Amino acid sequence: MGILEIKGVSKRFGGLKALDDVNISIAENSVHAIIGPNGAGKSTLLNVLVGKLVPDAGSVTFENQSLLGRKPYEINQLGVARVFQTPEIFGDLSVFENMLVPLFAHRDGTFRMHAYETIAAERDIVAAAEAMLDEVNMLEKRDMHAASLSRGDKRRLEMAMCLSQEPKLLLLDEPTAGMARADTNNTIDLLKQIRDKRDITMAIIEHDMHVVFSLAERVTVMAQGTPLVEDAPERIKGNPKVQEAYLGGHG
Amino acid sequence: MLGLSRKDTSFLLIVIFLTLATPLLLQPFPEDSALAQFNAGYPDLMQRFAIFGIFAIGFNILFGLTGYLSFGHAAFLGVGSYSAVWMFKLLTMNVIPALILAVIVSGLFALLIGYVSLRRSGIYFSILTLAFAQMMFALAYSVLTPITGGETGLQLSLNDPRILGVSQTPEGNIPVPHLFGLEMRDSVQWAVGGWEFTFNAGYYFCAVIAILVFYLSMRIFRSPFGMMLRAVKTNQTRMNYTGLNPRPYTLAAFVISGMYAGLAGGLMAAMDPLAGAERMQWTASGEVVLMTILGGAGTLMGPVLGAGFIKYFENIFSKINDNVLHAWFAFLPDGLEDVVVAIIHPFVGKGWHLTLGILFMLVVIFLPGGLVEGYRRLTRAFRRTPRPDPRRDPEHHPGPVPHVGE
Amino acid sequence: MASMADMGGGAAIGRRLINVGIGLAVFVGVWMLLRLIGVSSSGIVLQVLNGLEKGSAYALIALGLTLIFGTLGVVNFAHGALFMLGAFVAVTFNGLVGLSYEEVDPTRTDFLGNPAVIQTPYVEAWFGEAAGQWMIDWSVPLSILIAVPFMALVGLVMERGLIKYFYKRPHADQILVTFGLAIVLQEIVKAIYGANPIPTPAPDAFQGSFDFGVWLGFDANTILYPYWRLVYFLFAAVIIAGVFAFLRYTTFGMVVRAGMADRETVGLLGINIDRRFTIMFAIAAVVAGLAGVMYAPILSPNYHMGMDFLVLSFVVVVVGGMGSLAGAVAAGLILGILQSFASMTEVLELVPGINQIIIYLVAIIILLTRPRGLMGRKGVMEE
Repeated sequence: MGILEIKGVSKRFGGLKALDDVNISIAENSVHAIIGPNGAGKSTLLNVLVGKLVPDAGSVTFENQSLLGRKPYEINQLGVARVFQTPEIFGDLSVFENMLVPLFAHRDGTFRMHAYETIAAERDIVAAAEAMLDEVNMLEKRDMHAASLSRGDKRRLEMAMCLSQEPKLLLLDEPTAGMARADTNNTIDLLKQIRDKRDITMAIIEHDMHVVFSLAERVTVMAQGTPLVEDAPERIKGNPKVQEAYLGGHG
Repeated sequence: MLGLSRKDTSFLLIVIFLTLATPLLLQPFPEDSALAQFNAGYPDLMQRFAIFGIFAIGFNILFGLTGYLSFGHAAFLGVGSYSAVWMFKLLTMNVIPALILAVIVSGLFALLIGYVSLRRSGIYFSILTLAFAQMMFALAYSVLTPITGGETGLQLSLNDPRILGVSQTPEGNIPVPHLFGLEMRDSVQWAVGGWEFTFNAGYYFCAVIAILVFYLSMRIFRSPFGMMLRAVKTNQTRMNYTGLNPRPYTLAAFVISGMYAGLAGGLMAAMDPLAGAERMQWTASGEVVLMTILGGAGTLMGPVLGAGFIKYFENIFSKINDNVLHAWFAFLPDGLEDVVVAIIHPFVGKGWHLTLGILFMLVVIFLPGGLVEGYRRLTRAFRRTPRPDPRRDPEHHPGPVPHVGE
Repeated sequence: MASMADMGGGAAIGRRLINVGIGLAVFVGVWMLLRLIGVSSSGIVLQVLNGLEKGSAYALIALGLTLIFGTLGVVNFAHGALFMLGAFVAVTFNGLVGLSYEEVDPTRTDFLGNPAVIQTPYVEAWFGEAAGQWMIDWSVPLSILIAVPFMALVGLVMERGLIKYFYKRPHADQILVTFGLAIVLQEIVKAIYGANPIPTPAPDAFQGSFDFGVWLGFDANTILYPYWRLVYFLFAAVIIAGVFAFLRYTTFGMVVRAGMADRETVGLLGINIDRRFTIMFAIAAVVAGLAGVMYAPILSPNYHMGMDFLVLSFVVVVVGGMGSLAGAVAAGLILGILQSFASMTEVLELVPGINQIIIYLVAIIILLTRPRGLMGRKGVMEE
C-alpha cells in the first residue's frame, strides 16, 4: 500500500478523454517520476491530486484518506506540498516573509486571526525560517524583495517554503522547465539533498529525461491519458512501448 | 514600546504630537492677514480631518493590504451614523454607547456584504460592493424612511424617548452629545498676538480615537495577520497551496475596515447628531478610494494624508470667492488685477472641483505611489550624497524591500 | 465579440442555445408574473419599449466602455463625460443656429409703445427663412455632423495625450486618472454652460407620440410612445449594428478582434495594433458622443449627467462580462427593460422601492450565478 493511491481515475473535458482509468501507487519515501509526451494527461492528473479538478470517476487516497472534494489548502494541510512549473512565490513580500507564511500555516492551520501579535514575538517560527533559509543558502538574501530574485533563487525559495512545512509528499511539476543546464543540475542536486536528508515522498512530473534518470526510483510513462508502463528507470529506457509513445506520432 | 519597533514607536509619537497640536499647526496665519483664508484650525474642519482619516485608515486595511477594491464602503459609514443617532434618540446622549453600537452594526453589515461579495474578485468584487451600497442608499431614501428619515435625514427631536437622559433640556432645547458631561461642542479660545486658536472637545475626542485606531492599524500591518493579507494580494495560488484559506482572511479585513467606517460614521453623528442617506452614495465611497490612493495605498500614513488633503481642498478652496481674490491682488493695477482674478476664478470657489480633478491627474501621472511616494522622493533627493548607491543595478543587486508604512 | 472569435465547435453553439433558452424562459416567466399581478399585455409592451430607450443609452455607453477595455485594457471612468460632451455638442449647435441679430422695425411697436425690436436668426438671413427655420428645428440631428469629427478629435487627444501612458499601469491608477479627467471635463462644461439643465428640443416632426398599440393589435391609445424615443432606439440599433458590422466584416475590424483576443501574437505578426486601438478609442468616443447628442431631447443636458450614467453603464459592462461587446448590449437592454418593469405602479405596490434597486439586485444575482457576467471571458480583471 503506497502513501498515495490513484485508482481508476478518469476525467473528460467535453469530448476529450484527458484521463482514462489511471492507476498509480506511489510508495512511501520514494521518488516517483511521471513522464509522457505532451497531452498525455500529466498536468490533469496533478490538478486532480491537489484538488483543483474533481475527476469523473475513481479515487485518490493519501495515507488512506480520500483527497477528492477537498480544497487545495485542505490537501496541503494533510501534508502534500506542491512546487510549480513557474515558481509561485509571494512576489511583493520579502524572502524572509515568504518563509514565514508557510510556517505559520503549518502551525496555525488554514486561518488564524493573529492581528495584534507581532512577528518578532514568534521566536520559534523566526528561528525555523532562518534555519530553512540557511539550508538553501539564501540567508543573506532574507530582506530582498522576492520578485527581484533570479529564476533559480525563486525555485530554491519555493522549494524551501514547501519543505519548511515538513510535507510527507512533495509534488513537483516540471521543476526544471525552461532552466539552463547549470540551473537544472543545481536543482537536481538540491532535490537529491532533500531526498537523502528527509523522510519524504516525491512525485515528479517531468519532461527532461536527464532529471528523471538522475533522481527517480520508479517511473510511470503516460500516453493519451492512461499509464503505459511502470518500471525502474533503467528498464524504462529500453522499453519499446515507451519509444513508441514518444516517437510514434501521438505527441 | 507597545509592541512596536523603535522606528515605529518614534513614528507613532510624531503622529500623536501632530494630531494633538493640529489646532496650533493648522492656524499659521494671523487672523487679519490676507492668508488667514488658508487657516484650517477651526473645529468643524479638524473633526472632519480626524473622522475621514479614520475612514481611510480602515479602508486601507482592506484595499492597501489585500488589494480588494471596495466601491461601497460609504454604506458602512452611513449605517454607523444611523445607529449612533438612534442610540442618541433612544438611550443617552453620551457618545460612547452610540459609537459602540455604530461599530457593531456596521461590522454586522460588513460581515453579510463581505461574505457575499468576496465570492468574486477583481472588478466583479468592486461591482458587487457598489451594488450593495447603492441598494442600501436607495432603500434608505425610499422604503426605509421610518428608520432613516428618508430625504430629510434622521434627526433628533424634542420628544425622543431617551431612557437614560432627558428628552429636553430645562430650557426646552434638544440636548447635545457629550462624553460623560463634556459636551462635544465645547471649545476654548486662545488669542496670542494676531493669532486665534480654538481647542475643541469634539476634535480632541476624535483625535484620541483616531490615534487609537491608527495604533491598531499599525499593529495589524506589522502582525502575522497583516502579512497574510499582503500574501493574499500578491499570490492567492501560492496561498492556497500553502494550506491557507484566503477567504476568511479577506473577510476579516473587510469586516475590520467596515467597522472603521462605522466608527467614522458614528463620530460624524457624535459631532453633529444627524444622519442622511447621501453619506452612503457611491460618490462618498469613491471619495475614500481617492483619499487612499492619493495618499498612498498600502502605507500607514498615506490614507490620513489623502483624507486631509481632500478635505482641506473641499473646505478652503471652495471658500475663496471673487471678493477674496480682489482683496489679495488689490496691489496690482486695476486692469491687471481683473485679469488675474479672471484667470484664477474658475479654479476656486464653486470651481474647486476643477482644481481637485487636475491635482488628481497630476498626482496619478507623476506620483504613482501617492503623496507618501512624493515625500520619499523628496527626502531621497535631499539625502543624496556622493557615496555610491548599491541599488543602481536592480537586476543583480536588488535593494531591500521598502518597509510597509513610513 | 470576444465570444464570437472563440466560437466554433458544437459544444459552444450548444451552450449558446441553452443560454438563449434560459433568457427566453426568464422573459416569459417575468411576463406571466406581471400578468398575474394584473398588468395588461399592452402595459407590458409599453414598458418594454420604455426600457429599450433607456437600455439603448446604457448599451451605447457600455459598448464604448467595453470596447476600450477590450482593446486597450483601460478602465475609462471618463467615458460618461464623453456622453455628456456629446449632449453639449447638441446644446451648443442648438444655441449657435439660434443666434440672432436685432433690428428695429419702425413700423411696429411693442407693448410699451416703443419701436419693436425684431430678432432674426443669422441662419435665416444667410440661408433664407425656410432653410434657416428648418436648421433651427432640426438642430439636434444636424449636430451629429459636428459631433462625429469633434468626438473623434476628443477621443484621439485623450488617448494620445493621456491614456496611452496608462496602458501598463494598474487598473486603480487608470480609474483614478480618468476619474480626475471626468471631473475636469464636467467642471469645464459647468463653467461654460452653468449648472442648470438646458432644454434642447427635438424637431417638431417628432413631437408627440406614436400609437404603437394599434400596430400591434391592441386598442387605440394603450401604447403611446413618443416619436423621439422610437428614433433614439432605432438610432442606437443602427449604431450598434454598424460597430458590429465594422468589427466583423472589415479587415481593420478583424485585426482589432484578433488583437482583443491575443494582443501579443497579433503584435508579433508585424501588425501595428496600437494605431488601430487608438482609432478604436476614437470610435468609442464617437459612439458615446452620439448617444449623448441624441439623448439631449430626452433629458435636458446638465454637467453631471455623465457621472450619473457612468455608474450604471459600468454595472452594465460588468454584468455583460468585461470585454464582451455582445454582452454589454444584451445587459444594457435587459437592465433597461427590467428597470421600467420595476417602475410600474402594480409592481411598486407589491414590492415598494424595487424600482430604485432592481438594476443592482439583478447585477448581484447575475454575478453570483455567472461568475464572469453574461458573456465574460475567464481571467479578465479578476486580479
